[in-house]
Amino acid sequence: MTDQTVIQMASIIAAGITMAFGAVGAAIGESKIAAAAMDALARQPDESASITRTLFVSLAMVESTAIFCLVIALILIFANPFTAG
Amino acid sequence: MNVRVFGDPRLFEIGPVPITETMLSSLAVSALLVFFALWMRWAVANRPDSLMATLARIIVQRIDQSVQDILGKSNPAVAGMAGSLFLFIAACNISGQLPGVHPATASLATTSALAIVVFLTVPLAGVRARGVGGYLKHYFSPNPLLFPLHMVSEISRTVALAMRLFGNVMSGHLVVGLLVALAGVLVPMPFMALDLLIGMLQAYIFAILSTLFIGAAIGPEENA
Repeated sequence: MTDQTVIQMASIIAAGITMAFGAVGAAIGESKIAAAAMDALARQPDESASITRTLFVSLAMVESTAIFCLVIALILIFANPFTAG
Repeated sequence: MNVRVFGDPRLFEIGPVPITETMLSSLAVSALLVFFALWMRWAVANRPDSLMATLARIIVQRIDQSVQDILGKSNPAVAGMAGSLFLFIAACNISGQLPGVHPATASLATTSALAIVVFLTVPLAGVRARGVGGYLKHYFSPNPLLFPLHMVSEISRTVALAMRLFGNVMSGHLVVGLLVALAGVLVPMPFMALDLLIGMLQAYIFAILSTLFIGAAIGPEENA
């Protein structure tokens, strides 16, 4: 195996690990947000508009950590600075 | 298949300025939005009962209401800013559903430009509302020791704003492209529907977060 092959292999494995751990964190966080929002909706159905708005905003903010991991993984695969070409 | 995640190929050059696909699609979306805005203005002035006039009133009222919910009072300047951001980003995200169109928001350059606009608007709005001293004071409150943290928060939230929009739109586009290449015609349809939903949601969140940042700079009495 040449150096380039080793770098490419390591990049792909690293991209997989990045995505896996990033997805775990975001999934746990989002499930907690969703559970808390369901709880709040059940207690106060009148506030549903404000709860839903806050729910979506917080979901997207938590999701962004997973998106950062996705961007890192895509950089490793498609725009890796250490592979030639 | 032709995967393009980062970078933007040059189509042609006008003098020293390279023209990329992203510039063309964002220009087309802007031109379309301006066209509809002029049409709606004409309709509101001349045909108050027509469909376009009603649509214009609904859009303006919803944007104003969203801003009012966050700031606690109506603020036409902030509503114009947030509304423009929302309409432009939503139109860009939807334009990605057209075959052959690369959505402008799937390019890191566009989202960075939008985030920098928000980054520059926050101190401008703060200085206009509270004066230079009043705005700068909030960097040193509650304790001057927190000044570096305020700086880090300003920069990191701008980067997060750009990366969030870019990552969501680009990944949605990429997933649909991969599925078209792997599975054929009908399989990617649910993902395209999800892409539409995510596009609208991300546009909403970009506008709402900008409003929150501007609201926090304008006045401490709002619990942003």
